[in-house]
Amino acid sequence: MANAAHAQELAKAPSVITLRGVNKWYGQFHVLSDINLDVKLGEKIVVCGPSGSGKSTLIRCINRLEEHQQGDIVVDGVTLSNDVKNIEAIRREVGMVFQSFNLFPHLTILENLTLAPIWVKKMPKKDAEEVAMGLLKRVRIPEQASKYPGQLSGGQQQRVAIARALCMRPKIMLFDEPTSALDPEMVKEVLDVMIELAREGMTMICVTHEMGFARAVADRVIFMDRGEIVEQNEPEEFFAHPKNERTKLFLGQILH
Amino acid sequence: MTDMPVGERRQLAPPAVDTGAFGWVRKNLFSSWGNGLTTIVLALAFGWLLSWFLHWALFTATFSAATGAECRGGGACWALIREKYRYIFFGSFPYEQHWRPLFAVIAMLAMLILSSDRRMWNKRLLLIWGVGSFVTFLLMFGQIHIPLGLILFVALAVGGLGMILRGTLGTAAEVNGWRALAAIGAVGLVLRLFGVLPSWSLAIAPLSYVETGLWGGLPVTLILATYGLLFAFPFGILLALGRRSNLPLIKGLCVGFIELIRGVPLISLLIMASVMLPLFLPSGTTIDKFLRAQVAVILFAGAYIAEVIRGGLQSLPKGQFEAADAMGLNYPQKTLLIILPQALRVVIPPLINTFIGFFKDTSLVLIIGIFDFLNTANQALVDPNWAGFPGEVYLFAAFVYFCFCFSMSRYSKHLEIELNKGTRR
Repeated sequence: MANAAHAQELAKAPSVITLRGVNKWYGQFHVLSDINLDVKLGEKIVVCGPSGSGKSTLIRCINRLEEHQQGDIVVDGVTLSNDVKNIEAIRREVGMVFQSFNLFPHLTILENLTLAPIWVKKMPKKDAEEVAMGLLKRVRIPEQASKYPGQLSGGQQQRVAIARALCMRPKIMLFDEPTSALDPEMVKEVLDVMIELAREGMTMICVTHEMGFARAVADRVIFMDRGEIVEQNEPEEFFAHPKNERTKLFLGQILH
Repeated sequence: MTDMPVGERRQLAPPAVDTGAFGWVRKNLFSSWGNGLTTIVLALAFGWLLSWFLHWALFTATFSAATGAECRGGGACWALIREKYRYIFFGSFPYEQHWRPLFAVIAMLAMLILSSDRRMWNKRLLLIWGVGSFVTFLLMFGQIHIPLGLILFVALAVGGLGMILRGTLGTAAEVNGWRALAAIGAVGLVLRLFGVLPSWSLAIAPLSYVETGLWGGLPVTLILATYGLLFAFPFGILLALGRRSNLPLIKGLCVGFIELIRGVPLISLLIMASVMLPLFLPSGTTIDKFLRAQVAVILFAGAYIAEVIRGGLQSLPKGQFEAADAMGLNYPQKTLLIILPQALRVVIPPLINTFIGFFKDTSLVLIIGIFDFLNTANQALVDPNWAGFPGEVYLFAAFVYFCFCFSMSRYSKHLEIELNKGTRR
């Protein structure tokens, strides 16, 4: 992916997410310090770093699941503020996939998918179900549509969660450690869906330690430590020649 | 054995000693000398109690007698129940009109049974409760006068609700219908306030009027419990949500209300409603005693139900709230579609527990002189002709209460299974 033509194309593309001097504290703990980040339309970013480095908090700030205290976050031209209308507008454009799936256990798979299109986008039920079935086919589990989440395996649940986020036709997808809660044999089926999504041109920010995934699709890998962006580069350079000592230490620990 | 496909494990039947009735008895009742002895002793004790009770309640009982004197000497005096059952069930309601509370009770039971079926949980429920309540109260009161102001207010409220709920979903004609209804209500209400429209009320009066002071017995218990819990339930939900609100004022009000109400006995609340409330009202205005008791029950039950529901809200993982937020659902959507359906499922057992408690607690209204079922049963003992048989009357009252409470308990179990079908986590 990271060939020269593609890189040039990206450089010309408009930014869909801009973070300027973002700071956040949990009480006294400085969890994000002076984050600056531009995400281009169609760009795929992988965020990695040791636990507690603030990478989940960073992407959760983008759709306001967490509130930042300083700096500006602009998503798709809308500046995040306390205005509920702004927040809801951004959440309609940003899909999110969680580590623990967070499917709604009292609704069937199909109802999980159609809920937001029907209630947030006011889509007629029939159309929403059509879209949902199409997406379930894409994540390769259309036969599970009438089951409940508790009857599916972890990998299947996570694929449903991806389809659920896609149902809103988002411009941007955020992935918060989507494979960390999965049994090893199920990681691949989820990553395959994500790779496919990336190839289709979705703008993605993905917190993950799956370095194979980063090599396959990422335009940029970002390494975070202690609330800062320590280093960022295209994947080949990032893995082959890490510059910062902390990056080297981290990569040494996870790549063996 | 020989027909087994390769690689399939052979499934053996469990040993015969552990199955069947004999196996069960051996395993559960006579598994050791000690257990066997305990089983025999308890069975003998139970048999002795049962034979004593049957002797008293059936074999030597008197089933018909003219006065209490004829009952003496034998076993249970069921003749007393036979003599007094109409008073116990319907209290001081005019004797020749007893068919009215009877049918009111039947209407309420029908309403409750119909709404216990999950297939009815849609718009039909509104219809069932609207018609059922109207029939119940028309039978009990005999006459209902609806003032014009109330009719106009209802038109405004229904029209307004229709506009809000169907505003984006309904067809243009439908939405205009709701608008017209709301407009008629609003204009009419203003005209009525300025005295342009005369004071008038819609009178539905097919029967003789019976004031609430004469109501008694089972209909009173059922009305207090059913409508008490019917209104307390949504009120409790609002209190529970309010208690978790981020807005300090709302949170403070809800916490204050819940703690205040939970901190005082129901009896003191009833006495306050009956003795102190009239002191604060301008002289000349009275609020019906029955209504005051009903409101006190609603407030009291609301506070308890709120705490039960809060338990359910807290049991939900944070991820459910976050997922709903991330999808762009607003607060009412998130609450109604994601949070409450899950939270209420979790709290069915403690919720029904609270309901059963309040069904029985309604008998505390005897403190302010309302004759509920237990109180009419109590009053039936006062007759000097039938003095001396409290056991029979209380046993009978206990049996009726048990029928209601046990039904609720079984329903709770059924509902748990029904709602958790396919959603095991």
